[in-house]
Amino acid sequence: MSNIKKAFANGKAFIAFITCGDPDLNTTAAAVRSACENGADLIELGIPFSDPTAEGTVIQGANIRALAGGITTDKIFDFVRELRKDVKTPMVFMTYANVVFSYGAERFISACRAIEIDGLILPDLPFEEKDEFLPLCRKYGVDLISLIAPTSENRIAMIAKEAEGFLYIVSSLGVTGARSEIKTDIASIVNAIRKNTDIPCAVGFGISTPEQAKKMAAIADGVIVGSAIVKILEEYGKDAPPYIGAYVKSMKDALR
Amino acid sequence: MTNPNGRFGIHGGQYIPETLMNAVIELEKAYNYYKNDPAFNAELTELFNEYAGRPSRLYYAEKMTNDLGGAKIYLKREDLNHTGAHKINNVLGQALLAKKMGKTRLIAETGAGQHGVATATAAALMGMECVVFMGEEDTVRQALNVYRMRLLGAEVIPVTSGTATLKDAVSEAMREWTSRISDTHYCLGSVMGPHPFPAIVRDFQAVISKEIKEQLLEKQGRLPDAVIACVGGGSNAIGSFYHFIEDKSVRLIGCEAAGRGIDTFETAATVNTGRIGIFHGMKSYFCQDEYGQIAPVYSISAGLDYPGVGPEHAHLYDTGRAEYVAITDDEAVCAFEYLAKTEGIIPAIESAHAVAHAMKLALLWKKNRL
Repeated sequence: MSNIKKAFANGKAFIAFITCGDPDLNTTAAAVRSACENGADLIELGIPFSDPTAEGTVIQGANIRALAGGITTDKIFDFVRELRKDVKTPMVFMTYANVVFSYGAERFISACRAIEIDGLILPDLPFEEKDEFLPLCRKYGVDLISLIAPTSENRIAMIAKEAEGFLYIVSSLGVTGARSEIKTDIASIVNAIRKNTDIPCAVGFGISTPEQAKKMAAIADGVIVGSAIVKILEEYGKDAPPYIGAYVKSMKDALR
Repeated sequence: MTNPNGRFGIHGGQYIPETLMNAVIELEKAYNYYKNDPAFNAELTELFNEYAGRPSRLYYAEKMTNDLGGAKIYLKREDLNHTGAHKINNVLGQALLAKKMGKTRLIAETGAGQHGVATATAAALMGMECVVFMGEEDTVRQALNVYRMRLLGAEVIPVTSGTATLKDAVSEAMREWTSRISDTHYCLGSVMGPHPFPAIVRDFQAVISKEIKEQLLEKQGRLPDAVIACVGGGSNAIGSFYHFIEDKSVRLIGCEAAGRGIDTFETAATVNTGRIGIFHGMKSYFCQDEYGQIAPVYSISAGLDYPGVGPEHAHLYDTGRAEYVAITDDEAVCAFEYLAKTEGIIPAIESAHAVAHAMKLALLWKKNRL
């Protein structure tokens, strides 16, 4: 069983997104541990990018804070290597294609394997361009996670058939960030996916409350929360980890 | 490659969120249909000629020619188009295409404001809603264009993220497009972004080189020795180069903004100082650091102040078909003042980068070249 599948073996999965180095890596480490101790099934670690075109203002802010603090890809690799000594929860990187490409795709993806990163989420790498990194991801056993959007429609079957790890269902149009209401018919997207693959589906973008999480988990296999967690970091900075733990617990409880 | 049509050599492609994929696929289908539709082309030509004032003049800069030693200098007067720049060519094409696709709203990014003004103009003409994203810093240095856009009925949204310049305006327009697709067309202003934009914008701008070729054959009975144009994203340059690409005797020279110099960090000379990367939907050359973080670029000109270059330019550079030189702020300002005083033509500071290189080349070449 791939490590990512383990995240979905414990009921509905709660996936927590945290930007590395916001405000510093010690805080990130504490936040990750706190999230895992309180029930997070998978950790999505954001590698900051200067121009994150799929992000709303909250995660944009985290990227700016982290980069201003001097974070680099190499520092993040060292950090994960250290973290992996005791944190065994499945982990994926979420970043932008240029961060991988510019580092040297093979150098980047082989490093992922070495530090036990299980997957890669690249919001600016659609199905048509995945050959950019897919052969290397296969070579090193890193799952390249595919995304499905409310506008995917006729593309769902094509994407689902070749999906690896889990499928990231983008809940709404637009960029990341909390929304009061999710209007997309997620159930029909999940149904279309189910006809083509049995890999787990997790819903992200706009989810922040336990009620929303519960509603989404009734349809899919897990939920992904980013901006709501990053907002806690924005508010409490270095003191954020216990608050993140409490938040993750409230969300995971709603999924049980 | 999965999508060979979206590539210029290794450059180009469609590195965009899944949310936008069906939108660009739909756009490509529509464009492939309408570009061969005689009615569409007739309508566009009518707009070019009757509304935008095409063909634009190819002016023989005689005083400049004599002053610089005799190499004949012609200026393609895209500044005499309606709204004052080449941007209107692309915008009329895209707005007409969007309208045929049933879109009712245009969004655009703008740097100097010329593309924003052109988009606002086309939207007004065609009865469409218009929203323009403009870096906050640019709204200050190009305040008059903000006023013009608003007068034309467009909403101008100052962008405060990142460096608050053109690249951030592009990012913000892309974000806006992912949130509202069904009624909205993203009227991209340069030969950049995901396929099919670099091809669409090039085709609508190619009218520039088509006219230059015809006009020069009529005036001089020959092809030019060199075609020189400024390059930010590169739309006026690709438009000026396109019909000469197969004419190997014609040197194609793109002039990038060197800012305070290509040996400084205050530059926007992408081809001269950048590295291959993936950003804003395309693979091409970008100014970036060793970790792929996009660099905050600098140029005196808001229109060239962009950290990337269109993928077709990247390919023309790779193959050696076109050359890309870097012109500093100071050289551009000198050329700007020189052209104003010598020919009575006040160019855009963007175009002054090309004028500066033309002056260098003319001094080198002396007579009998053009």
